[in-house]
Amino acid sequence: MKKGRNSFYLIIIFVIAYLSICYADEIIKLAQMPAVFDSEFYPCMSCHAGMEVNTNRRYLQFHEEIDIDQHADGVFWCLDCHAPDNRNKLRLINGEHIGFTEVHRLCGQCHGSIYRDWRAGVHGKRTGYWKGTKKYVLCTNCHNPHNPRFRKIKPERSPMKPIQTLR
Amino acid sequence: MKKRFNRRDFLKLTIAGLTATTLPGCSKNADWQDLFRRRFQELTPDEIKGFLERLEERYSKQYGVKIHIKATPPVEGVVFGYALDLSRCIGCRRCVYACVRENNPSRDIEIQWIRVLRLKKGEFDLEKAEHYYSPELVPEDEYFYMPVQCQQCENPPCVKVCPVKATWKEPDGIVVIDYNWCIGCRTCMAACPYRARKFNWNDPVIPKEELNPETHYLGNRPRMKGVVEKCTFCIQRTREGRYPACVEVCPVGARKFGNLLDPESEIRYVLENFRVYRLKEDLKTEPKFFYFFSIGWG
Repeated sequence: MKKGRNSFYLIIIFVIAYLSICYADEIIKLAQMPAVFDSEFYPCMSCHAGMEVNTNRRYLQFHEEIDIDQHADGVFWCLDCHAPDNRNKLRLINGEHIGFTEVHRLCGQCHGSIYRDWRAGVHGKRTGYWKGTKKYVLCTNCHNPHNPRFRKIKPERSPMKPIQTLR
Repeated sequence: MKKRFNRRDFLKLTIAGLTATTLPGCSKNADWQDLFRRRFQELTPDEIKGFLERLEERYSKQYGVKIHIKATPPVEGVVFGYALDLSRCIGCRRCVYACVRENNPSRDIEIQWIRVLRLKKGEFDLEKAEHYYSPELVPEDEYFYMPVQCQQCENPPCVKVCPVKATWKEPDGIVVIDYNWCIGCRTCMAACPYRARKFNWNDPVIPKEELNPETHYLGNRPRMKGVVEKCTFCIQRTREGRYPACVEVCPVGARKFGNLLDPESEIRYVLENFRVYRLKEDLKTEPKFFYFFSIGWG
């Protein structure tokens, strides 16, 4: 009787271990930072639900602050990445709809080698613990997806020259 | 016979007199047992505990802040390695000041453990490198940037030359200094080919509110006048599993850190997938600090 219970626990442990190996990707997701854009807090569909979907490629009257030509010299337009029938979601090339928290899967479709490096923790930054929970940063936490190149920034001040320290 | 005050008496008296005057003085300033202690590596855990408590008390009196000093030992099976992606670095110096905030160096005379060199694109001439650059915006189009700090050599020349063994390589690969053992001869600074070591010319000036109270004995505890200091890979953070301060602050993610013995670590990924190089490799110092270009090396 008791022996049976022990092996039952053992099986459960094995199942958990097996699942955690299979879903290693899911574990990575847990440690991610929240997406910059939150489609729950700021739902696109609250406007777009009542609008007709126009799949013609064009410059928009609304959203004029988005200059999509900055990404890959104007190859893209909105509906290449945003799902036409549900603007709260992004769309992969295979038609799968994904949330804004999985944006790396979308970017990784073109930027394969960078996606690979990012998953290994080499592209982009990891914070937290080198031995323990590593915090991932999503693509869109650093890059503006519509204009991904980094802006120039102001450097911190230069070190003092030895002459400046002699008073 | 006339009693003569001979040489032997003179010496006896001098020694007795000196002892009498110095002993009380010592016990007031530095604790008696600390003055005659053995080298830090030879101390037992109990001795270290007492020693650190006395040090904490002394520091707290000096700075008016409660300072906590750890002596976390190296972790078994860990050798630290560092990699820096030169095609990402934009020379913004965020790492320099994150390091300053973390590691308690003197603000005046200024000591900084990271030096960001600016080099002309297309050349690799370290003699023409400039570290006082201050443009309006970085990165500048015609330059690239190379931060240099202690390279944590496997074969460290600074350790070899120290006449009192005040600096040594720990089992996890970090080259450390016992500031209480250092005599300030600066031979290690002459031996270091990376200009990584800095000297405290005066008593360090650190504003009370900027003092980081979480310290390590061999790392970021406040230093004193006349000792040498340098980067320790943030020993107080990394030995507890955290990333160094410079890695966490880098806005472009150019800095990579991890355990060289762990095949799954980021640092091993860099070594296996990119063409890395080490600074002044020809000197056979075997740094554990690797530079690489993630873009444009073919």
